[in-house]
Amino acid sequence: MAEPKGHFSGEHAEHTVLLYALSTCIWCRKTRQLLEEAQVSFDYIYLDLLEGEERRAAEQEVRQWNPAKSFPTLVIDGAEAIVGFKPDAIREKLEL
Amino acid sequence: MSERPTVTAEQIEALYTQLDREARANAYNLNPDVDFTKGLVEGLLVNEARYGYWACPCRLADGVREQDLDIICPCDYRDPDLDAYGACYCALYVSDAVRDGQQALQSIPERRPTEEQRAAAAAAAVSAPQPEAAHEEEFVGFTRSGIPVWRCKVCGYLCARPQPPLKCPICKADKDRFERFM
Ligand code: SF4
Repeated sequence: MAEPKGHFSGEHAEHTVLLYALSTCIWCRKTRQLLEEAQVSFDYIYLDLLEGEERRAAEQEVRQWNPAKSFPTLVIDGAEAIVGFKPDAIREKLEL
Repeated sequence: MSERPTVTAEQIEALYTQLDREARANAYNLNPDVDFTKGLVEGLLVNEARYGYWACPCRLADGVREQDLDIICPCDYRDPDLDAYGACYCALYVSDAVRDGQQALQSIPERRPTEEQRAAAAAAAVSAPQPEAAHEEEFVGFTRSGIPVWRCKVCGYLCARPQPPLKCPICKADKDRFERFM
């Protein structure tokens, strides 16, 4: 879990899924678990494990989707974001 | 990248026991989902190791204490969120109804103001007139002596003394979480 960025490969790769998270946040952990258990392919970024310019850039990205800059922020197909652990919304959008 | 410090199971157990005892003593409840709660306690310990204080595990800390004061656990937003949603933002603390299973936990929106809003509020506070000597005459009761009243921003505890206490006797928040109330 100490990887600041990474990719999980699952059977479901129909959507581009990007998870902005914090390594200490349990709602982020639950979101990641849901995606892994449902075998969804996704990229993840733990902002608290980034530093300097890389972290500032990632913060800017999150704010574009979610002005409150809260976590988890789950961006789907670069088109919409689900903020917070919302299992029903995630399953619906990803057609799980 | 910044290394995530590791904490031991014993440290987690010890802090969990301490927070549980303090919560019960002050009519708060930790989340009864022990795995969930211990995960958050681990986050508090990780943040203590890397920042020097208990930055909220579910918020991105700045790393500079003055910038993070409002999100040091228990944060300024715990009690309003307990009232509104039955849980704090992380769901480390829950209401009696949630503890007893009468109310379900839900995803809680972030109530902390944005960076820009916080900066604007801080600037406004600096330029606002202080409730200082000019009003001393109007003070009543124990403040007639001119002793200031301090308010704990976490739990609302009030006390009249020259300086705020080192720790809030009610919620254990540190001295720098107090504001001048009168
Ligand atoms: S009380 Fe505030 S800082 Fe502590 S865990 Fe809950 S939301 Fe985070």
